[in-house]
Amino acid sequence: MDRYDLIIIGAGSAGMAAARGAYEAGIKDILVIEREKEYGGILQQCIHNGFGLHTFNEELSGPAYAERYYEYLKDKDSICFLYESSVLKIENHIVTVLSPQGEIEYEAKAVIFAAGCRERPAGAIGLKGDRCEGIYTAGTAQKYLNKSGYLVGKKVFILGSGDIGLIMARRMTLEGAKVIGVAELQPYSNGLARNIKQCLEDFNIPLYLSHTVEAVKGTSRLEKIILVEVDEKLQKIPGSEQEIPCDCLLLSVGLIPDNTLLEACGVRIDPKTKGPIVDDTYMTSIEGIFACGNALHVHDLVDYVSIEGEKAGRAAAAYILNETEDAPLHLNKTVDGISYVIPQSFRTNDDHEFMFRVNRVFKDSYIHIYGNGIDKKIKKTGIVPSEMQKVKLKKEELQELKGDLFWEVLS
Amino acid sequence: MKLVCINCPRGCHLIVEKEGDQIRVEGNACPRGVTYATNEMTNPLRTLTTTVPILSEDYRRLPVITSKPIPRDLQFEIIKALKDTKVKAPIHYGDVIVPDVLGLDSDIIASKTILK
Ligand SMILES: Cc1cc2nc3c(=O)[nH]c(=O)nc-3n(C[C@H](O)[C@H](O)[C@H](O)COP(=O)(O)OP(=O)(O)OC[C@H]3O[C@@H](n4cnc5c(N)ncnc54)[C@H](O)[C@@H]3O)c2cc1C
Ligand code: SF4
Repeated sequence: MDRYDLIIIGAGSAGMAAARGAYEAGIKDILVIEREKEYGGILQQCIHNGFGLHTFNEELSGPAYAERYYEYLKDKDSICFLYESSVLKIENHIVTVLSPQGEIEYEAKAVIFAAGCRERPAGAIGLKGDRCEGIYTAGTAQKYLNKSGYLVGKKVFILGSGDIGLIMARRMTLEGAKVIGVAELQPYSNGLARNIKQCLEDFNIPLYLSHTVEAVKGTSRLEKIILVEVDEKLQKIPGSEQEIPCDCLLLSVGLIPDNTLLEACGVRIDPKTKGPIVDDTYMTSIEGIFACGNALHVHDLVDYVSIEGEKAGRAAAAYILNETEDAPLHLNKTVDGISYVIPQSFRTNDDHEFMFRVNRVFKDSYIHIYGNGIDKKIKKTGIVPSEMQKVKLKKEELQELKGDLFWEVLS
Repeated sequence: MKLVCINCPRGCHLIVEKEGDQIRVEGNACPRGVTYATNEMTNPLRTLTTTVPILSEDYRRLPVITSKPIPRDLQFEIIKALKDTKVKAPIHYGDVIVPDVLGLDSDIIASKTILK
């Protein structure tokens, strides 16, 4: 069996960053395993600009961000990329791979899981009605259009105001489709304000807040959808049904970390993020197995994925080199208003940048972080669930902490 | 007047007031917000991305991007102008695919390297 110091699963932005982080921290013997025939992951189908303002000080397209980031890895001969190879199983640091050469096993001192996320499918939202063609997740439609030049519909309706759906509203409009509208169940949009502006308003595409698609109708191909309005409790308002003729429905109703492989090997999963539970070194509940990027929790910005990946890479290198400091772990506990905090646990011997999301919209409010030995309030104006928040806490602030750390929003 | 700055993911909510020839902007977290608001009031600009077909072993489409923002209302025009554009590998990131598209002083450039 071939052995490596470090195996990274996935060559998206998280996996590439993890390779860079580990390499810079002294671990050179690295295998990166990727299912597709090139690096970049989801970036390769995101041809719009909007990537890399923090990392490269420039707004790049997704493929360009991937290419610029790969520059660093290109001439590092001891970092091996294995393409067209799918990881089937992870067990005791042994990774089983299905590659063009057949099934192969590799062993490593540490494994970083960076396999990204998947889209919530139609089944997950209980769409009623006929089984017909013409219903796609927004990411699938994006892949068809941007990689093959194939437009999946001519008269399109979009369910969910996630960024992929908004980006696709503009893309399909520019390529000649008619986008009739976007429906969002919540009373607020889930996408970035800039995408509402440049993808919907620029093209006069209506956004129906507090609306959802109740049913789809069509004999073989989709013919119409039934749009309904919902009240504050997200319950349908009787009599609000509208029939909208269309031949294509795109779903942009959320992303979930792809955790099937991790779950199968016994890693503990966070019910909120749907990704693994990690400590401040990005190590999961199984020693030597790390996670980062969208496989850990869904990110809005690639720059943050790169930063997180590099940190996970450095931490995995420290683990391999036996440099991780032994210190007790404290837990992050969420109280009112907070959906989750990453990492779920941490040591107090270092500065930490915590990432979190709120679970509803807040106008003027404070993030209250408290516990035995710490009490901190941070003012925030206008926070929404769709924007990931960050808070940096210094070692000096954390070192008096005894027990768990609690997070809440005071509005 | 209210505007959302689209120049970075932060998406600042701008309040824009016209005072004679001057435009006063509030709510911008950086100076780029002022430039954006000024353009938006006079000549809104956008970066355009699309794909063109490529003759290659591995790929069917080449992603392209405007080298400089172009007028918002000419996006369809540019897509139309690219209709018959075809390229052949090898293409490098940054290669000019269509120079000075529609005379707008912006080039259509490759945003990916495709070698074969
Ligand atoms: C459609 C969309 C639009 C976005 N728009 C923006 C934007 O405008 N600006 C911005 O900054 N960010 C944007 N983002 C966010 C950001 O780009 C992504 O969060 C980031 O690129 C994710 O990187 P990743 O490496 O975690 O995941 P991915 O890119 O998904 O990479 C995971 C990789 O793992 C591989 N893999 C999965 N399973 C296996 C397996 N079993 N074996 C081997 N390989 C495997 C996959 O093939 C893939 O290459 C967008 C995200 C999406 C989805
Ligand atoms: S004003 Fe500056 S910080 Fe705010 S969205 Fe525009 S570019 Fe970004």
